[in-house]
Amino acid sequence: MKSFEYARPTTEAEAVAFLGAEGIQTAILAGGTDLTSLLRAELLTPARVVDLKQIPSLRTITPLDDGIQIGALCTLDELAQSPQLGHYRSLFDVIDGIRAIQVQGCGTLGGDLCHLPNCWYFRKGYGILGMEQGVSLPESGDNRYHAILGNSGPAKFVNASRFAPALIAWGAKVRIIGLGAASGAGLSNGPAVVDAEWVPLEYFYSTPQTDRQGHTILRPGQMISHVWLPESPLMSSATYEVLQMEGLDWPLAAAGVCLQLEGGLVRDARIVMGHVAPVPWLIDDAARVLIGQPLNEETAATAAAFAVAQSTPLSMNAYKVQIACTAVKRALLKAAGQLT
Amino acid sequence: MVERKIGWAPQGSHTLVGGEIPRVDGQVKASGQAKYTHDMNSPGTLFAKLLTSPHAHAKVALINLEKAKGVKGVKAVLALVKVGDEIRYEGWPIIAIAAERPEYAEDGLRAVEVKFDPLPHYVDEANLKGAEAAEITDAGEPLKLTRTLGIDKTGDTDEAIQSAAHVHRGFYGVPSITHMCLEPHGSHAAWKDEDLQVALSTQNVSGTATQYALPLGVDAARVAIRCDFMGGGFGSKFAVDAWDVACARLAKVTGRPVRLMLNRSTEMQIAGNRPSAFAEVTVACDAEGHLTAWESHHWGTNGPQGSTIALGMAPYLFKPSNRTCRATGIATHCGPERDWRAPHHPQACALTQTALDDLAAKAGLDSLEFFRRNLDLTNLPHIYRPELEIAARLMDWETKWHPRGQGAGRGAVKRGVGVALHTWGGGPHQSNVTLKVHPDGTIEVLMGTQDNGTGTRTCIAQVTAETFGVPMTAVKVSIGSNQYPQAGPSGGSTTIGGVSGPVRRTAQQALWKILDLAAAKYGVDGNSLFARDGRIWSGETLICTWKQAAGLIGPMPLELRGGPVTEEEGLTSQQVGGVQMAEVAVDIDTGVVRIVKMVAVQDMGLIVNRLLARSQVSGGLIMGIAYALSEERIMDNKTGRFINANFNDYKLPRMGDIGELVVEFYEPESEYNRGVIGLGEPPVISPGAAISNAVANAIGVRVPVLPLTPKRVLDALKGANR
Repeated sequence: MKSFEYARPTTEAEAVAFLGAEGIQTAILAGGTDLTSLLRAELLTPARVVDLKQIPSLRTITPLDDGIQIGALCTLDELAQSPQLGHYRSLFDVIDGIRAIQVQGCGTLGGDLCHLPNCWYFRKGYGILGMEQGVSLPESGDNRYHAILGNSGPAKFVNASRFAPALIAWGAKVRIIGLGAASGAGLSNGPAVVDAEWVPLEYFYSTPQTDRQGHTILRPGQMISHVWLPESPLMSSATYEVLQMEGLDWPLAAAGVCLQLEGGLVRDARIVMGHVAPVPWLIDDAARVLIGQPLNEETAATAAAFAVAQSTPLSMNAYKVQIACTAVKRALLKAAGQLT
Repeated sequence: MVERKIGWAPQGSHTLVGGEIPRVDGQVKASGQAKYTHDMNSPGTLFAKLLTSPHAHAKVALINLEKAKGVKGVKAVLALVKVGDEIRYEGWPIIAIAAERPEYAEDGLRAVEVKFDPLPHYVDEANLKGAEAAEITDAGEPLKLTRTLGIDKTGDTDEAIQSAAHVHRGFYGVPSITHMCLEPHGSHAAWKDEDLQVALSTQNVSGTATQYALPLGVDAARVAIRCDFMGGGFGSKFAVDAWDVACARLAKVTGRPVRLMLNRSTEMQIAGNRPSAFAEVTVACDAEGHLTAWESHHWGTNGPQGSTIALGMAPYLFKPSNRTCRATGIATHCGPERDWRAPHHPQACALTQTALDDLAAKAGLDSLEFFRRNLDLTNLPHIYRPELEIAARLMDWETKWHPRGQGAGRGAVKRGVGVALHTWGGGPHQSNVTLKVHPDGTIEVLMGTQDNGTGTRTCIAQVTAETFGVPMTAVKVSIGSNQYPQAGPSGGSTTIGGVSGPVRRTAQQALWKILDLAAAKYGVDGNSLFARDGRIWSGETLICTWKQAAGLIGPMPLELRGGPVTEEEGLTSQQVGGVQMAEVAVDIDTGVVRIVKMVAVQDMGLIVNRLLARSQVSGGLIMGIAYALSEERIMDNKTGRFINANFNDYKLPRMGDIGELVVEFYEPESEYNRGVIGLGEPPVISPGAAISNAVANAIGVRVPVLPLTPKRVLDALKGANR
């Protein structure tokens, strides 16, 4: 690990100032469950690490008229213990699936949403695209855990966020603060003190085309401060992750879904797959085939088949297509209370 | 009349031996007071770090250490290779730096200028054809990567296969895995004039001084090795390694103590692995399911040396009269192998007994019945037969077994059961002991042995206390140093016999001397005396306390030395048999395999400590579940690198992955009377085959290569449906 300067702001404004200082490469310390590994491997070599844990506004969970606002620094344990989040079952499914109490105790919602890829070529120092002398290592090497969708460009990794599929299915937005964010997007409980804007989470992720691009739209000096979830009392939700191991492990594929059932028929559905593409994979087609249908084994299977129909597996990961398909089917059945 | 005979008391008459005794050092370990090599931090200790090769195969083109030497806090910089040297695997140590703080050492490594000329590599261990075709040079000369390890022929295999009622042909494989000792390899070295003191994480306290003496040019007599506690070895910690010697050199040039422990990825890359083995197998039986022929060709790699499991390991345990075996080693640019718990056996067991299970399915036989019918082809049918009955009862095999893929499953989750058998030697190694009885009745045992974590210290105390009839608190066990009497390395399940034999004999001899003194003092027949509950008895009559008896030796301790035991003495023996059964639940839509239950029935002669023995077997089952379901060294063909050399991607089971473990010992009088036999290796041999067989039973197809990951399970199911 290289030496770095350590900053511990106590307000969002201070955080933004520390992050936005010109000419200084910064890294954000939230829960630290992954940052410490990245620093030790020298995959990140920031001149300054900005620790966000002492900023009270980032740790609040606030019910609003139109939904709920969650501070990005809330730990998974804090989310799990929050009575206000009781309706958002799919989030609890994610927390249960993380299993390691250390990560549940330290890991944060914002940290998860910004989690860098677990692609082993990236983690071995070949950059976010895993390139060696212009050759894509994931494409020509061992890609058993890589993308089966959205992989036609140079990015073959899968988005690592555990919460993103569930949150996107809910229609969540994230509040981005820092340099260059549009001004005025204040929090409900206070005036805007920093540049801030709310962005639908589904537009937060991006697929890098070069090694210098990131996997989100965050620019240097920016961070997520809060997540907003809509009030949707008629929706039920679930996340289904396919995990090889019972301990700490990354899903082979996952699905987050939200369903609105009326008179036994699907009135609205949102399905998002995780760990199948460089970004969380929202599948409108699959959701559409459910509208007006009853939700059962058969319709769930049809929607799931739709969800993976456009898959373009790499040399070693065709098996993930079936796993992703199963994740979608089971998430739908689970949201409908039918998973036995 | 008490017979004075070297040996153990009849079954059931010991008070401590055979009991469930917790580790004597459990508390210091659990509370963090136990000092492992990794904890050694004597005043002034410098921290050393290694720069290792990122290339699998390369030539060192340039080394410039000048900048590194000037880095703040750096005290010494040592090149472990020179320009022109050839690197033959990733992780090869290049530079070692000692500095005031670990981060200064890292700063120093960053300032080192090293350049490599990369060379073509080969790391695809399963691919025999690829290895034959690969164009690789070594030291500038073309290198043939494959070499035959021989052919072994008995009987007429071709004829037997042709005339067989059932013939099965299959491909099976077990990739390389690493040891994953929780404490990595490493040492702490300090010089005092010409004397070198080393804290070394080692399975070989008595045997490592010379390995320092030769490269360092010092007298072996001046090298003191210490290892009080260690965080696992599993066969990978017998030798002093290049990085350990580098640590001692850094200590010498700086005049300061130096500690150098490998980091996790380097540990996995270079500090040992279990060789891979893949096999094409043809196996045949008659109409009644009696094995008649075995033919196999197995191959694999153990790193640059180019070998795999020994030719004679195939077929494992079951030896039909007609068999032809061939083996080919592949030299690869992978880290070199080291003994891994029961070397060669787990791979051979998995390759053999999965093929036999497939043949049983072909013959329409219950797997258990098939193995039972062929027990006469094994080394220990009289042990396996009763063990299989016990295991079947504990597993409820009769209810749970079903023809392949025809179990009554719920939805996508299918259940199945499997069985496998194993054997191991486990005879005693050569160890010496010094035993002192002090006039106050306390007893000291000194041995240059080590406790790998399995409870050696506890067992020595137990055997000693048992023999003198005193509580274990009256015994001080001093081990973990080469300053004590020479003892064998702890590997191959040799330690428990190796230490308990000499300790028992020497303790008995010391006791008899004291009983003779007591006999003279109290005017009774020495041959009528025995020690129990801290007292000396003649039949029902209390003669004196143990303390009073010990006081008779005079002011000086009574000191006896004892040498290694032989099997004839009856204290120890070798060759055990064990059987295991697995029950699994397989989700055929995701390919995820869960262990429901494992049953292990194990023979080990006389059990010294039932609690520690159970821990050993449970540990073996867990390591077995790991390599059966998730654990695998993944070499990247493109870069030649060990791509999952970290705890994140190298998947090890956690508590939730283990299922229910049932451990049962097979210890009838006949086996008890054989004396003590080692248990470290046996329980880790069968899980691969048993679990793979259970999965085949559950889903109806064989997943041919371990570990049984979702990918392999789904690929196998897909292949079967094609």
